[in-house]
Amino acid sequence: MKLINKVLTGVALTAMTATAAQASTLEDVRAADELKCVVTTGLAGFAAPNAAGRWEGFDADFCRAVAAAVLGDGDKVKFVPSTGKTRFTMLNSGEGDILFRNTTETLSRDVDLKLSFLPVNFYDGQGFMVPASLGVSSALELDGASVCIQTGTTTELNLADYFRTNGMSYEPVAIETNEEGFTNYVAGRCDVYTTDASGLASTRAKFEDPTQHLVLPEIISKEPLGGAVRHGDDQWADIGKWVVNALINAEEMGITQANAMNLASNVGNNPGINRLVGSEGTMGEMLGLGPKWAAQAIAAVGNYGEIYERNVGPNTPLEIGRGLNNLWNKGGVLYAAPIR
Amino acid sequence: MSTPTTNPLLRAWYDKETRSVIIQIIAAALIISFFAYIINNAVTNLAAIGKDINFGFLWQNASYDINQSLIEYSSTSSHFKAMIVGLINTLLVAVAGIFLATILGFLLGIMRLSSNWLTQKIAYVYIEYIRNVPVLLHILLLYGVILNALPRPKSSYNLNDTFFLNNRGLQMPSPEFESLFWVVAAFLVGGLAFSLWFKRYAKKIQDATGKIYPVGMISIGAIVLLPMAVYFLIGSPIVWDVPALKGFNFKGGIVLRPEFIALWLALSLYTAAFIGEIVRAGIIAISHGQTEAAQALGLSNSFILKLVVIPQALRVIIPPLTSQYLNLAKNSSLALAIGYMDVVATIGGISLNQTGREMECMLIVMAIYLAMSLLISSVMNWYNDRIQLVER
Repeated sequence: MKLINKVLTGVALTAMTATAAQASTLEDVRAADELKCVVTTGLAGFAAPNAAGRWEGFDADFCRAVAAAVLGDGDKVKFVPSTGKTRFTMLNSGEGDILFRNTTETLSRDVDLKLSFLPVNFYDGQGFMVPASLGVSSALELDGASVCIQTGTTTELNLADYFRTNGMSYEPVAIETNEEGFTNYVAGRCDVYTTDASGLASTRAKFEDPTQHLVLPEIISKEPLGGAVRHGDDQWADIGKWVVNALINAEEMGITQANAMNLASNVGNNPGINRLVGSEGTMGEMLGLGPKWAAQAIAAVGNYGEIYERNVGPNTPLEIGRGLNNLWNKGGVLYAAPIR
Repeated sequence: MSTPTTNPLLRAWYDKETRSVIIQIIAAALIISFFAYIINNAVTNLAAIGKDINFGFLWQNASYDINQSLIEYSSTSSHFKAMIVGLINTLLVAVAGIFLATILGFLLGIMRLSSNWLTQKIAYVYIEYIRNVPVLLHILLLYGVILNALPRPKSSYNLNDTFFLNNRGLQMPSPEFESLFWVVAAFLVGGLAFSLWFKRYAKKIQDATGKIYPVGMISIGAIVLLPMAVYFLIGSPIVWDVPALKGFNFKGGIVLRPEFIALWLALSLYTAAFIGEIVRAGIIAISHGQTEAAQALGLSNSFILKLVVIPQALRVIIPPLTSQYLNLAKNSSLALAIGYMDVVATIGGISLNQTGREMECMLIVMAIYLAMSLLISSVMNWYNDRIQLVER
């Protein structure tokens, strides 16, 4: 799988020469009538194929929302699985139009890797998971441990920094995907598995008895996760940005999957809602989309809160509380720019 | 054949020499313009997304750790250093693999020719099984077996409290040389020099008088026994750093990690199967008449092998053996599958990803493999030239 990806990336680098994409991404997506969305190879709750082969999860829903806003149909998405290592190359080489792969926004990625980040859609932080039998209660007791990490991630760098800062040694065991990390951790190749706390919750939920494993209290980094697009196509970046903002604003305004289309076809007396769902104003036109772009996105996957609750919230196996990922007026930090 | 014509262009075309030159020029132009197109496109497209080709990132901090490093390395070292660490790891597994594969391969080749039915069939089944399954599967299988079949560190297989085997690898004591060790080292170097000289001297004497010295035995004495005796005489100037379980893992000593063991064994076992067949072919190629002629001269069996069969068989074996060595060295890049930190995993993997310099990193990795392969080829070709038939 990884090898194939690797090869594909290489081929893509040469192939992008052939398809010198001068047309705008929006035109490309419309012409293909399909949104190519780069996601993870499989992280339950974020993006993973279900038993019927349909991609499900938080990131997958954001892909569908963008597809619905642009093409009018949330199912016109081609999911492109990528490892932590191949994701940016795949995006930059044009194998994907947009990336939603629990990706941390950092300066070097934004500037040096030539990405444009969309607004943060999940506030996360790096944590550690250990078997309960190890008898460890703090990350500061991990001196000398073997740690499984996904390569090509910010976690790899945070880990090096954290152990160095605290004067501890460790043995890094580099793995490529979350699956592999899980296998190695179960086999006991490493004592500790580290990744974003949300990823740990997802991995922990896969154990027969999750109580045998505990997530240590230390969160050693800030991991603002968000979507990304290629540098240089501002219109496309704007579309991604405002779809995310619209989903968050929709939760704030009480627009849901159930009522979005209804609201869009009747002009109500709340101008904010009218502007968002497109019954008033020309927001969609400004973006180069249809007037009901946001309503279509919400009708496809629901507002931010619905997406959250369905995929990762307290009633899912992942059991991640809203915490920071709540609206600003409900104790969280989600504060989306207004659609005006 | 050619019809006489007055048109000078057609005449040029009908001329065999001119025609081949024209075709060559056209072919060369096509190839050059193809590559020019590709390179130009790559540069243009990189420029389109605002990237250039720049190797400056090599001197920035790598910021990540590598578990197996034979030289001093930390997360504050540069990407260049990370590349060197990866390169050394690649060379380590390639050299160790070539060494083991050669020994196993020769053994298998001889077993295949054995008159003992069981021995012959064992080698036959081994070769057919191993070489018909992709090497990547062997690597993954061995890695899985090591991780799951071996115990955790706390319940390691323990040999005499010095060697420990568990699913974190094989922990072994490492030597620490005390100051007096230079005496032993000096005897070792002296012994080597003496053996080299003695081999020539013995050959000269043999050519002149026919007297044969036991060169092998005397060399072993000079290189192994004498330094060993000196070592014990001056009181064993090596202290062994024995690994001991501390917390999660063993501390001290050196460790062969599961990733290294799996890759090394898989590459060796796989390539050995091919080498076995090459060795068998090489020996069969020497006609039985040669052996009979040697017997008629009254040579003993060991001399027949040493002086008649092996030197001729090597001429057949070496060229295909070279390509097996090359295969092994290049297959070591499958390390990626199990997270062995070779040159592809460091500069071609983590560095590439953290810096986003795909072109640069891939060019570096390709250059490294090319250089490595050319080096192996030239050494093997040099050896091949040496053993070729010298015609007088």
